[in-house]
Amino acid sequence: MAQHRVIVVGGGLAGLAASARIAEAGLAVDLFSVVPVKRSHSVCAQGGINACNEVARQQGYSEYEHFDETIYGGDFLADQHPVLEMANWAPRIIDLLDRMGVPFNRTSEGYRDLRLFGGSLFKRTHFSGATTGQQLIYALDEQVRRYESEGQVTKYEFWEFLWPVIEDTAQGQRCVGIVAQDMRTMQIRAFRADAVVMATGGCGLVFGKSTNSIICTGAAAARCFRAGVWYGNPEMIQVHPTAIPGADKLRLMSESARGEGGRVWVPRKKGDSRPPRDIPEADRYYFLEERYPAYGNIVPRDIATREIFSICVNDGLGVAGENQVYLDLTHKDPEYLTRKLGGILEIYEKFVGVDPRHEPMKIFPAVHYSMGGLWTSFTKGSYNPDAARAKHKSGTRPPILAEVGQGMQLGALNNAQTNITGLYAFGEVNFAYHGANRLGANALLSCIFDGLFCGVSVANYVRDGAPAKTPAGDLSSAGYDRVVAQEQQKVKRWVDSASAGAAEPRTNPYIIGKELGDEMTAACTVVRHQTRLTQCAGKLAELRERQDAATLADGASWSNQALGYARALSDMLVLAEAIARGATERKESRGAHYRTDFPDRDDANFMKTTLAKHQGGTTSLEFVPIDASLILPTARTYGKKDDKPAAKPAMAASAS
Amino acid sequence: MSATASHTTHARPQAKPGRTVRFRIKRCDGPGKPVRWETFAVKPEAGANIISCLQQIAASPVTVDGQKTTPVAWDSGCLEEVCGACTMVINGKVRQSCSCLIDEYAPNEGDEITLEPMSKFPVVRDLWVDRARLFDALKRVKAWVPIDGTYSLGAGPRESAEQSESRYVMSTCMSCGCCLEACPQYQVEESPEKWPTSFIGAHAMNQARLFNEHATGAVLKGARLDTLMGEGGVNDCGNAQNCVQVCPKHIPLTESIATIGRSVTIHAIAKWFRG
Repeated sequence: MAQHRVIVVGGGLAGLAASARIAEAGLAVDLFSVVPVKRSHSVCAQGGINACNEVARQQGYSEYEHFDETIYGGDFLADQHPVLEMANWAPRIIDLLDRMGVPFNRTSEGYRDLRLFGGSLFKRTHFSGATTGQQLIYALDEQVRRYESEGQVTKYEFWEFLWPVIEDTAQGQRCVGIVAQDMRTMQIRAFRADAVVMATGGCGLVFGKSTNSIICTGAAAARCFRAGVWYGNPEMIQVHPTAIPGADKLRLMSESARGEGGRVWVPRKKGDSRPPRDIPEADRYYFLEERYPAYGNIVPRDIATREIFSICVNDGLGVAGENQVYLDLTHKDPEYLTRKLGGILEIYEKFVGVDPRHEPMKIFPAVHYSMGGLWTSFTKGSYNPDAARAKHKSGTRPPILAEVGQGMQLGALNNAQTNITGLYAFGEVNFAYHGANRLGANALLSCIFDGLFCGVSVANYVRDGAPAKTPAGDLSSAGYDRVVAQEQQKVKRWVDSASAGAAEPRTNPYIIGKELGDEMTAACTVVRHQTRLTQCAGKLAELRERQDAATLADGASWSNQALGYARALSDMLVLAEAIARGATERKESRGAHYRTDFPDRDDANFMKTTLAKHQGGTTSLEFVPIDASLILPTARTYGKKDDKPAAKPAMAASAS
Repeated sequence: MSATASHTTHARPQAKPGRTVRFRIKRCDGPGKPVRWETFAVKPEAGANIISCLQQIAASPVTVDGQKTTPVAWDSGCLEEVCGACTMVINGKVRQSCSCLIDEYAPNEGDEITLEPMSKFPVVRDLWVDRARLFDALKRVKAWVPIDGTYSLGAGPRESAEQSESRYVMSTCMSCGCCLEACPQYQVEESPEKWPTSFIGAHAMNQARLFNEHATGAVLKGARLDTLMGEGGVNDCGNAQNCVQVCPKHIPLTESIATIGRSVTIHAIAKWFRG
């Protein structure tokens, strides 16, 4: 009998954590990535990673409150049990990363330092300068390299995932491998696996320019979707409030800039053309602080984004009449800023040519993260109160202590498994934890949590599930050959179209891609409404038609990047349609999804997962109930305006 | 000039809007294929960098002579100088292309920018090179902390803020290869069998130091030094100090090499005494 093998697609935090955990369980791992894994998009995460910690705990914080904040922050759209388990595991994850050698910022006594982040009144964010994602992925990359040098992990870098291989069995559909292509040699081949973990991240490129890396096309998720994997909450796209506008991408300016005291403002007077430092306090409008006295500049991202958007677009108060506001750190000590935020200040300095220690930054919102993703299931854990409790009162005693297995059952075969047996989805590519809006510094957590916690489920499935009886290595090659032929056919279609030089704009994939990005940004980001979404559906249909007739400028059978882009674009168009459809059919406002024609949250009809299914080339949508058995939904106001502001906790201690 | 202008990091030349910039690009269709030069004219948009210009060329691959060609292949990722992918040789100097702003490099009509692939790695195609050897070096120096496993075993070793800050800087190495491109001792080597005896380069010595200075990582210090005292190790460094000049993350590479050099000496003497 062949040795059991697991395929992990994607080498960011989720994929690397999964690889390490599954390799540790004694299974052979084949790790696929379109880039050397160390260059994955996780490197772009800046601010930090959330976890309850001893200092916050002694001020009244708890894992349970972290859970509560995440559910509230996500506007009650996430299934609640998985979120509870994630929050409970967070401190263990920090300890593990610490053991791996992550250079977390330290206090003068040598303990891990903490900072404030959006959606919490407690310091519960651990960080490593302002390049926390980079430092975490390096730590996991190093551990996986160790397994690689021992022969337990085999890397396939510059290989692109093309399609899952799914077998129909008496027990339903089962994933038994993938088809992938080496983007240097252009070789296409099938790889067998007893389980496949998709850890391929988000889909920022669907919106053209975003804070995402150039590789975050969402194509891998879209291919799974097209192959029959369900997709949850596609419309939930996070627009980050603070990014640096740019020609090729919109570079993130971390929430930690506000967590460390950064203030967002515009001149009170329209058209005030004085340099920012010459504008006195009285003439500055700190609109987040005035509107949200309790949270101020650290309101959650969707709220900050809408306020900034509205100040510029509706009120016309943007700096210099343009879509930009000031993010001001100049009142802080420059040395302190360098120590805490050096990495991101350098990015601003490098790309704008201005030192943010001395001059306020100019920023505007940008597409940042996909809360939605491949639909996954879970087995509930042991905490099941008779009735859902009221929202947790900040700083009070939690109803439970954080124990393993209260939220999700450790090792249950279906944790983070898609509707296809043996096909799992970890990290940003799934829809599981962040509901309608992700809290800052929860992304790194959910990626690593999936890898470590749900990685156990993968190993158990391989040992106790279908592969125990019929390993993928024993299956006939027919199913694999069929998918290889399908993918070779797609390549042939593109290569046959190729002729050197520029295609006319109508059939030029790069132009079609740009128009897709412009359309999705205009219709499906901060503000959405029926008329514009209907128009968007028409535009997407036009783009799909043009894409069918598109041609390539390169027919090379070696390292053909034009082919890779054009093929991905076809998949991005399918995902774009699902996003726009979700935005159209969710006739309410919740978290990142804001409809001007339905400005209120409608729990009766829409406190449900948008479930998108793709069959025979068409996408259908339904709304399915969620697990909300732990916390009752409340209005999500963050103490705006007349609402009684949430009490500030006792002086949140900072050791720095 | 406003009072705030004095705080700009460096005075940027006023770039002419609407100008045309020429890109002279060294091209090669694949290993063993002939090298050719092609020149493209691009109108850079506001805030343009090398990447956005290469994207324009990809959408319309026609040279200044009107010759229809294929899009230029290049490697890129984060576009904010933190992944290391888009490293190339620009006007003769190695750097990341994402942070290379056209307004600085070509502010005037007709200015030309030359793009070449790094010369110390085999070319895959055009500006895209294969840096597998660089990652292999990380295995050679066992650049990891040998933890017992991923089960919960409490926190890691406590360390001072100073220690953590010093390790942080070393740990920002994004394996881009600038230090290797600039190093006169580091030569292109296509056959993996020869990698273990070829010069390992500054980045790997920095990584060895990074993990030697971690309380748990130090467990493997001896093994790392064994590697670095042999052929292709620290003694092959010619002390040109180019590496530290070109490192985009300002990692004190020469300090790391010196530290490793001292450690290797002590390690060798200790081994000699132990027999």
